[in-house]
Amino acid sequence: MPATDSPETVDIIKEKAAWMRRRALRMVVEKNLGHIGGDFSATDIVATLFFGVLRYDVDRPDWADRDRFVMSKGHATGVLYTALCAAGYFEEALLDTYMEPGSRLNGHPNRNYLPGVEANTGPLGHGFPIATGIAISGAMRGATYRTYVLTGDGEQQEGSNWEAAMVAAHRGLSNLTLIVDRNRLQQGARTSETTALDPLDDKYRAFGWDVIEVDGHDPAALHQVLTAKSDKPRCVIAHTVKGKGVSFMEDKAKWHHGVPNAEEYEIAKKELA
Amino acid sequence: MMVAQTAERFDCRKAWATTLEALAQDDERIVAVVNDSVGSSNLGGFQAAYPDRLVNVGIAEQVMVGVGAGLANGGHIPFVSAASCFLTGRALEQVKADVAYSNYNVKLVGQSSGVAYGELGATHHSIEDFAWLRALPQITTIVPADPWETEQAVKWAASHDGPVYLRLSRMKVPDLGPDVDGTRAFVPGKARVMRQGDDAAILATGTIVHLALAAAEALALEGLSVRVLSVHTINPLDADAVLGAAKTGAVVTAEEALVSGGLGGAVAEMTSANHPVPLERIGFAGFQSTGDVDTLFEAAGLTATGIAEATRRAITRKMG
Repeated sequence: MPATDSPETVDIIKEKAAWMRRRALRMVVEKNLGHIGGDFSATDIVATLFFGVLRYDVDRPDWADRDRFVMSKGHATGVLYTALCAAGYFEEALLDTYMEPGSRLNGHPNRNYLPGVEANTGPLGHGFPIATGIAISGAMRGATYRTYVLTGDGEQQEGSNWEAAMVAAHRGLSNLTLIVDRNRLQQGARTSETTALDPLDDKYRAFGWDVIEVDGHDPAALHQVLTAKSDKPRCVIAHTVKGKGVSFMEDKAKWHHGVPNAEEYEIAKKELA
Repeated sequence: MMVAQTAERFDCRKAWATTLEALAQDDERIVAVVNDSVGSSNLGGFQAAYPDRLVNVGIAEQVMVGVGAGLANGGHIPFVSAASCFLTGRALEQVKADVAYSNYNVKLVGQSSGVAYGELGATHHSIEDFAWLRALPQITTIVPADPWETEQAVKWAASHDGPVYLRLSRMKVPDLGPDVDGTRAFVPGKARVMRQGDDAAILATGTIVHLALAAAEALALEGLSVRVLSVHTINPLDADAVLGAAKTGAVVTAEEALVSGGLGGAVAEMTSANHPVPLERIGFAGFQSTGDVDTLFEAAGLTATGIAEATRRAITRKMG
C-alpha cells in the first residue's frame, strides 16, 4: 500500500472513503441497524490508516510484523467492515450479511470470525489497553510494527483509558498511536453536557504523551500526523463531525444509531455521490 | 486403607513460581503481568531472572487484563497474576471480552483465592469467582489441590493455546499423592479419583480435597465406603465423573467458594438434569465476616468433621 503523502495517495484515500460512506449507509439502511453517525465521523481517519499508513498483507492476516489497528469504538462497524472489504480482506458480498443471524459481520467486531480484526471490542474502553499490550509486546521483541487505536471521544470517559494512558507513557511506547475521534457527541448528548473532556490535549500532555490536533476529515493532514515519528506515545486528537457528509446528520446526536427513512436515504445517497 | 496424602503441608505458591520460572527459561514467549503484586504473586525470582519480561502496570486491573490480551496478540504467552478477588471481579468485563470472547492465549492466575485473606474481609475474599468464571465460555478454569497439581496446571496452561484461569491459594495443603489406582496423571477436564467408594461420593476442589479425604477415612471406620474426587477443573466440568458419582446415590460437594454458582451449583445442574440424587453442598452461602481462615472454614462446615456429617446426611436421604 502507498506509504507517501503523494497527491495520488490522498486521492486514493478520498476515493476509498467516499465508497466506504456510501456502502456503510446502504448496509445500515438495508438492515435497519447500525451506528452511521460514528461511522461517518471516523471514515476519513480509518481510510487514511488502511490506504495510506498501515502495513499489512490481506493474504497473511496473522503476519507477525503487520501494523495493528484496534477499533476501540467497536460499534462503528460500518466504517471498519467497509475498510476491511475495500482493503481486500473479504468479498463485498459478505457486507450484504451485515448483522444477519449467524453472520461473520456481528454488530461489533469478532476477531475469530473476521481477518483484520485485532480484538473483540464493543464495550467501551477496552481497545486502548489491548493496543497498549500489543505495543509492549512489540517493544519487548524489538519488532518494527506500529500499533494504532481509535477511540471515540465519549469513550474517553471510561477510566480504563486513563490506566492505559499512564502505562503507555511510563513505558515510553513510541510505537503506539492513539487517535481520538473528537466529534464532541456521545450517544445521547454532547460530551460537554455529560462529563466534559476538555482540555483533552493538556490531559494527555500531562500524562506524558506527544499530542497533536488535526482536522479528522483532511486525509493529507491525517496522513502527515499518523506517519510522523515521536519518541513518546502519540495522541492524535482528530476533530470530526458526527454524520460527516450528510447534511441532515451532521453534528446531531440522534444519528449515533439512527437509520434514515426512504426519503432521507435518497437525499443522503445524492449527497454522498 | 492407606492415607496417601503426606502429613507435611506445602504452600503451592512455591510450586507456581518455580514452575513458571523453569518454563520461562525454555520459552521466551512467556511473560508475566502484575498489578503491583510481585510479592504476593511470589514472582520475585521471575523478576530477578527476567526483568524485561515482567510487566508491572501498577494498581490497575482493567489495563492489566487488556495488556495481557495485547501481549497475546503480539505472540507472547502472558501469565497475568493478581489477587483473585480483583483479577476476576474488578476486571470481569475485560476477562469476558478481551480474553474469553476474543479467545486470546492469556493465562489469568488468581492468587490468595477463596478466603485466604480471611481477616481482610469480604472485599478481599474471592468466593464468587467460580460462579463468574463458570458463566464464561471458552475459559478453562483450574483449581489445583496440591503442589503437584499446581505444577501440572501451570505447565498445561503454558502449553495450551487458549484462555485459562488458574485459581491458586496460599493456604498450606498436603501433597495428595497418586490417584487411588496408584498412577498420577493430570488431564484438564477430568477429575481425579483419589479414593474409591460406593456408598457416597464427595466432589471436592482445591484446598478442600485433603479434608474430604480425611472425612472419607473417618467414615470408613464406620463401615461406609466413600468415593473422593479432586475436581481440579471447574470449567469444563467432568460430566462422566459427576454422573458416575451420582450413581452411588448420595453426593456431597465441598469447595472454598459460594455454593450457588460454584461447584455445588454446577453439580446440582448436572445431576438434576441427568441423574437426580440427594446432594449436600458445603461451602459459603454469602459474604463472610472478618476472621482467620480456620474460623471461617469451621463456620461453613469446611472441616473433615463437617464434610463427614454432610456425607452421612446425604446417605440418610438416600435410604429415606
